[in-house]
Amino acid sequence: MNAIETKNLSLSYGETLIINELDLKIPKGEITVFIGGNGCGKSTLLRSIARLLKPKSGGVLLEGKAIAKLSTKEIAKKMAILPQSPLAPEGLTVLQLVKQGRYPHQTWLKQWSEEDEKKVNDALKATRLEHLKDRTVDSLSGGQRQRAWIAMTLAQDTDIILLDEPTTYLDMTHQIEILDLLYDLNEMKNRTVVMVLHDLNLACRYAHNVVAIKDQKVYAQGKPEHVINCSLVKNVFDMDCEVTMDPLFGTPLCIPYGKGRCILDKAVAMNG
Amino acid sequence: MLLKSTTSKWAGLFVAIVLLILFMIASVIYGYTNTNWQTAIDAFTKYNGSNEHIIIQTVRLPRAFIAAAVGASLAIAGVLMQTLTKNPLASPGIFGINAGGGFAVVAAVTLFSVTDVHTFNALAFLGAAVAAVSVYAFGSFGREGLTPMKLTLAGAAMSAMFASFTQGLLVLNEAALDQVLFWLAGSVSGRKLETLVSVLPYIGVGWLGALLISGKMNVLAMGEDVAKGLGLNTGLIKIMIGVIVILLAGGSVAAAGPIGFVGIVVPHVTRSIIGIDHRWVIPLSGLLGAILLVAADIAARYILMPAEVPVGVMTAIIGTPFFIYIARRGFNGR
Repeated sequence: MNAIETKNLSLSYGETLIINELDLKIPKGEITVFIGGNGCGKSTLLRSIARLLKPKSGGVLLEGKAIAKLSTKEIAKKMAILPQSPLAPEGLTVLQLVKQGRYPHQTWLKQWSEEDEKKVNDALKATRLEHLKDRTVDSLSGGQRQRAWIAMTLAQDTDIILLDEPTTYLDMTHQIEILDLLYDLNEMKNRTVVMVLHDLNLACRYAHNVVAIKDQKVYAQGKPEHVINCSLVKNVFDMDCEVTMDPLFGTPLCIPYGKGRCILDKAVAMNG
Repeated sequence: MLLKSTTSKWAGLFVAIVLLILFMIASVIYGYTNTNWQTAIDAFTKYNGSNEHIIIQTVRLPRAFIAAAVGASLAIAGVLMQTLTKNPLASPGIFGINAGGGFAVVAAVTLFSVTDVHTFNALAFLGAAVAAVSVYAFGSFGREGLTPMKLTLAGAAMSAMFASFTQGLLVLNEAALDQVLFWLAGSVSGRKLETLVSVLPYIGVGWLGALLISGKMNVLAMGEDVAKGLGLNTGLIKIMIGVIVILLAGGSVAAAGPIGFVGIVVPHVTRSIIGIDHRWVIPLSGLLGAILLVAADIAARYILMPAEVPVGVMTAIIGTPFFIYIARRGFNGR
């Protein structure tokens, strides 16, 4: 069963075609990462799957149903989206932010239930933000702020979570912290996670399934260890590299050629 | 934020209600013809047709109610517009609403010699609505739909256009200038209670609508993408905000002319008192807006006694330094 499918999906900004007649299947219960060069359309594709961008033609199926025919609130109960670098209103506290995640579950009659309260507390706990819940979001550090936004999407309590570059602007420690959190969610709660990542090596480590996007199409899709190799990196990123094995995890590790200080006896890094 | 707990927020609302009542009583009692408590009560219980009683019943009371209703409406419209446009300086002025209402009234007086108060009000409302709808339409052109920037630009352009037309008409017809000048500066004096009664259905619906969508306003404030992701129908909520702003601001322009600055100042003051949750901000800003305009109207009677300053001038005196303060503090306070 696929969590998400695109059918003949074409996306454009004005006259510029970004994605052309794409048929993509995103498996349920796995971590899928979109990779590709700047401006290849991976974020656009994610936004379109999240119904933030209307397709030029074709459509997106969520658990087999066309999202164009579902109400936006119904979709929000099944799929959460964390956009790139969201900006909280000035003065909003972490608790207020996370509580907004319950919006799709509320109705005129049922404003705030015990279940809402529980989901909010669980989300704060999972993101280790309980002690910061009364701080304002703008007073937090980058990593804490991103955790707060992720807590909001967790409170939404959806089977599918989409994230657009959740690690951008974070230092290495906090990148790993965020990705570990998402990995746990997938492992322990079986959530389907779909995200855009820039770091190819982290993508290889965390993703069950990578989708490489190039020239308005999917260039390759599959397990990182099956699809990531020198020719893919050359074709998708236009970069020469060696692909070896991550010494800790055994997943593919991409080492780019290029300039830089070479302190090996033989200068091997020069043919980039 | 001054009031943190829910109890203190309720207390804040209660204090604001008491203050509003006190200011409205003061507005009925004090002015060029000074009266007192007893006279004011007698004017309603033991009316004897004396000069004071006539003033209280036909001048002071309508004035206090109109100032309160208009102040509340402008403040709430300001809150909605600041959240919608993500622009801390947004107020009914930037929707072109004041300029549109002003133009409609000046056109009616100069071109069609309208003198009837009801026609006057209806036209002001119509002009305000036409301006707002066109700004909304122009701001929605293009693929991304309605964006804060396009809305702000369209509003500035339409305001400038209507203001120029208005000035052109007044230059051509100086006789009309005297008739509309006081109205154009924004004033709550010399209006009858019927003026308020005729716009109350519109602004009443506006107040109620604003309270009903206050929870959704909180979601919209998180940004367009996040709001959509949370399942908010952002297109629909923007239209609802637009309609409510037209009802509130259009009704205010019709009742009191274009009064500036209330819509900018009050939302900021309110948020500094009660935080950013619209479920609290909307009712409290309504009360504070009412208090501000009633107080400004009392001050307007004393500042150049025996002459009266239009209340729009008073709000400008209070509002201009505040406007500069907010502008200097920067968008979003960052």
